[in-house]
Amino acid sequence: MNDQPRIDLSRPVSDEVRQTTCYMCACRCGINVHLKSGKVSYIEGNRDHPINKGVLCAKGASGIMQVTAPSRLRAPLRRVGPRGSGAFEVISWDEALETAVSWMKPLRETAPRKLAFFTGRDQSQSLTGWWAQNFGTPNYAAHGGFCSVNMAAGGIYTIGGAFWEFGQPDWERTKLFVMFGVAEDHDSNPIKIGIGKLKARGARVISVNPIRTGYSAVADDWIGITPGTDGLLILSLIHCLLEAGKIDLDYLAQWTNAPLLVNGAEGAEKGLFARNAESQPFVIDRRSGHPSPWDGKGVQPDLGAEWQGDRTVFRHMVEEYLKPDYAPETVADRCGVTAGRIRALAAELAEVAFEQAITLDRPWVDFRGNAHDAMPGRPVSFHAMRGISAHSNGFQTARALHLLQIILGAVETPGGYRLKPPYPKPIEAHPTPHFVTTPGKPLTGPHLGYVRSPDDLALLPDGSPARIDKAFSWENPFSAHGLMHMLIPNAHAGDPYRIDTLFLYMANMSWNSSMNPARVMEMLTEKGADGEYLIPRIIYSDAYASEMVAYADLILPDTTYLERHDCISLLDRPISEPDAAGDAIRWPVLEPDREVRCFQSVLLDLGARLGLPGMVNEDGGAKFKDYADYIVTHQRRPGVGPLMGFRGDGSDEGRGAPNPDQMERYIANGAFYQAHVPEAAAFMKPWNAAYQDWAVKLGFYETPQPYLFSIWSEPMRRFQLAAEGFGPRQPPDHLRERLKRAMHPLPVWYAPYGDEDAAFGYTVHALTQRPMDMYHSWGSQNAWLRQIKGRNALYLPTKIWEAQGFMAGDWARVSSRAGVITVPAAHMAALNENTVWTWNAIGKRKGTWGLDADAPEATTGFLLNHLISELLPDKAEHRGHRLSNSDPVTGQAAWFDCRVRVERVAAEDHARGLSEPSFPQLPDPPRAGGGRAQNFSKSFAKSFRKLLAPVEGKR
Amino acid sequence: MTALPGATERRLGLVVDLDTCVGCQACVTACKGWNDQGHGLSDQDAYGANPSGTFLNRVHSYQVAVPDAAPQIVNFPRSCLHCDDAPCVTVCPTGASYKRAEDGIVLVNEDACIGCGLCAWACPYGARELDADQGVMKKCTLCVDRIYNDTLPEEDREPACVRTCPTNARHFGDFSDPDSAVSRLVAERGGYDLMPEMGTRPTNKYLPPRRKGPGQPSPLAPLLDVKATGIAGWLDRVLGKI
Repeated sequence: MNDQPRIDLSRPVSDEVRQTTCYMCACRCGINVHLKSGKVSYIEGNRDHPINKGVLCAKGASGIMQVTAPSRLRAPLRRVGPRGSGAFEVISWDEALETAVSWMKPLRETAPRKLAFFTGRDQSQSLTGWWAQNFGTPNYAAHGGFCSVNMAAGGIYTIGGAFWEFGQPDWERTKLFVMFGVAEDHDSNPIKIGIGKLKARGARVISVNPIRTGYSAVADDWIGITPGTDGLLILSLIHCLLEAGKIDLDYLAQWTNAPLLVNGAEGAEKGLFARNAESQPFVIDRRSGHPSPWDGKGVQPDLGAEWQGDRTVFRHMVEEYLKPDYAPETVADRCGVTAGRIRALAAELAEVAFEQAITLDRPWVDFRGNAHDAMPGRPVSFHAMRGISAHSNGFQTARALHLLQIILGAVETPGGYRLKPPYPKPIEAHPTPHFVTTPGKPLTGPHLGYVRSPDDLALLPDGSPARIDKAFSWENPFSAHGLMHMLIPNAHAGDPYRIDTLFLYMANMSWNSSMNPARVMEMLTEKGADGEYLIPRIIYSDAYASEMVAYADLILPDTTYLERHDCISLLDRPISEPDAAGDAIRWPVLEPDREVRCFQSVLLDLGARLGLPGMVNEDGGAKFKDYADYIVTHQRRPGVGPLMGFRGDGSDEGRGAPNPDQMERYIANGAFYQAHVPEAAAFMKPWNAAYQDWAVKLGFYETPQPYLFSIWSEPMRRFQLAAEGFGPRQPPDHLRERLKRAMHPLPVWYAPYGDEDAAFGYTVHALTQRPMDMYHSWGSQNAWLRQIKGRNALYLPTKIWEAQGFMAGDWARVSSRAGVITVPAAHMAALNENTVWTWNAIGKRKGTWGLDADAPEATTGFLLNHLISELLPDKAEHRGHRLSNSDPVTGQAAWFDCRVRVERVAAEDHARGLSEPSFPQLPDPPRAGGGRAQNFSKSFAKSFRKLLAPVEGKR
Repeated sequence: MTALPGATERRLGLVVDLDTCVGCQACVTACKGWNDQGHGLSDQDAYGANPSGTFLNRVHSYQVAVPDAAPQIVNFPRSCLHCDDAPCVTVCPTGASYKRAEDGIVLVNEDACIGCGLCAWACPYGARELDADQGVMKKCTLCVDRIYNDTLPEEDREPACVRTCPTNARHFGDFSDPDSAVSRLVAERGGYDLMPEMGTRPTNKYLPPRRKGPGQPSPLAPLLDVKATGIAGWLDRVLGKI
């Protein structure tokens, strides 16, 4: 005992702790950044933070390796060689900004649409969108179109909120949690924390997913569904529940549009809601049998009503889903799930929802003025993400899942799925798209919105799409997040028109963020007959030496997340919880040591130089010193700015005059702010008068916005009517049939478009998943994370592995209608038998991200993107039109529709040992260098310390 | 060659819940980050062809074939188990490896470590890693520099891996106290020793995955034969319940 060494057990951790917001993924956790001698020494989770409550994921704790990554760009760059060659010269910021202005200014004055500004994993969309609006171009969106807009739009059009990060299960009360297609998608740590809570109290978790990893691995039951058939499975569950009468009739009658009457008369109004003299939809009151207002006090809506030939939504719904088409026995083979398991899952849902119902003793008053003693709860909850949304039937599948929640009475009730402020919010409280350009003038409103009818489409007078990505056109009417994946292909094709300058932020479009990246690289470098690039100018901002850098003409280097201001705003994607609205900031806990600038400050500087409205003072000078100044002083509406906390004299919440001390107050408060929902307002939010009043007080909207959940979608029906030939605005003929099918006002299932490839011999599904320890392309530059996942393989199910005699070390030649890859193969048993998959974005192009050219990411690492076309294959019925490989409702990139053929390549027949295709190495752009143990003196210092250690030990 | 202390006053260690671990690797980098500050856990070829580094905690995912059930994945975090009969200690030629008498934590005195690697050979769990840069053996310290650290808030005096675990699959406590949270978890959930046949008597325990599979709900009985009654009959029956 005596000879145990004495060790210092109470060494101070650091000189100082600065609290800010993580950006190692999109989760936006609170972090404590420890500093020693002015350098980051350690990063841990902030215990007080609403998102992560102290925990932190593998990426977050590795942030220290990100801010020192050698891949960091160090100065503005101008292209000096051919585009794509990677030849650059370093220039000054003034030169860079003046160059950008000289390109942009003439466009604004003559043809604003010739500037296309698209941002990738941008957390400042309320600023970037506002900037583009003031520039006056219709061509703005962020990355939601290739991420998960099906999930967002499917939810907002149905329940006024969504999965993604708009809500979460009632983790404290739910007894059964079912996930559809969830990997490390949104939210990251909150879902892990929630699953931990369920596990701690033994609640049941079920995962529906072709791949059994991560959350699916710990789920109590796993249903290895065939990709793209989730909607069919869900509608079959609805069939079973209806058949057994296990539905929440009171919930359907009170809070949904199930009792509204649907016009049954042939003609232009068929399928729209029957309306009274005040143009309001109405219900039949069970007490009187007469029409009554849908929002009338005391009205008892009759779900089964038929009135002058018009039937309720409820009747339409029941007639549809009781069809034998949805019987488990009918869908079993297609879904790859036995009828018995489907019936058992339906029974389990019914048992928990109805036999294990809970009640919260919280009196509340609804928007009709009816008082309720308590809040009845259905402790069944769901979450879904890319597995259902990244298919061309994803919008309707998301709607189907929301319908399942609704008939169980499990949205916004205790134990069910709860929305986070500023949601719930009906379609009517969202803007419609704005797109009309006037040289030298701003757009009249925001670009992105929610279309109610063909009248809202972004079409030019000749009927052609107004936007370069064709968002809000007949091809994808509800494309609420734009179609970033079509930006470059459309700009290259000049379809619908040519642009001049492509302005991109944080979007790796020449690699993992594009379908068909090999072709995209060509599109970015091809020249027209005049010798000019088909996309004449490209400006790109990124913090790191990504694959996209080589394809830009001008690089505006961004800071890392610890060197910048940001706001995580209620105007954008806040950090709310069901019980509290929340927003947050980032602030420079480190000063940049290179010639880099916070992109948002650069954007405001460009705005001032261009004289954009809102960004200049009356004297023409810059209105904002930098992004931080904008965050504090900008007002979107009087009293409402990017941050809700500490407004006015510091005590105002939600609304209030700008407070010059606001940023300091946020920093002192751990970099976030929360406004707590009153207890009586915490559930039943869309209908709860107390919640609605609180939401108005906070400034989410100006008047209460109660609404009914949309089982029957009138906006969708309006598009079907147009496709049927009604109305003045008519779709092109080649889209009529698919609009009729996809825009069904009830959630329906149709086979994903990719399934057609099966007829060509591409029978296997190919998927990617995001690992929990990597965020898309960012993780590979991180010295710690790449040790965890520096390699990827194509995982093959037992059936394919054995049928072809695969052996360890073999390669797989994988082909699709779009391309061929040859990649390392591995066996995985816990996998749908007709599905192969790999980790997302591990593969890198040689010479990028500060990695050595022989790094495994660049030699054996690979992308599935090469197998996926951005366009659907040509078909006669398209009549020569290019149709994007997207959901026909929202334009969401249909990544997971991918169908392939897999062939064994024996290890000895692939002696090169390199994944194919491979691309020429890119030259290293001027970057920060350094990084983990790259520095001789650091390494030497360590060895030196070791020599001294015995001496020190004796002191 | 180095003596174990016999019975220790306390037996501090971890419970790792294999039913809950999603394999997210959060504990791996939290551990790396914490332990890199004080002593350094070096990395070699950090941006090159064969990156490797010293980690005190790693998570592996195993595929498990289950008779008459779907195959499973088990995520398995692996670090020092702070054994009562720690072979890594008794094998140490210099006394650098030792087990603390007060709490049972197994540590390496780096000043006395000659980097011979015998302890890593002796450990049946692969829980020790020789730091290639420093030439000394590294291992889990149970964050001995956190758990007694007066400069930390009380709630933070737990190992970094436990503090960061998003699913709360890791628990820290004293196994010598039968009423401690970790002892109770082990009793309730059937916590077990890893490779007990090795005779190392590990302190850390693992909680096994719970039984998986379809639920056993009462079957849903159709209300009536919809084909026979039509939708109207169904509506009468259902809405009659209101």
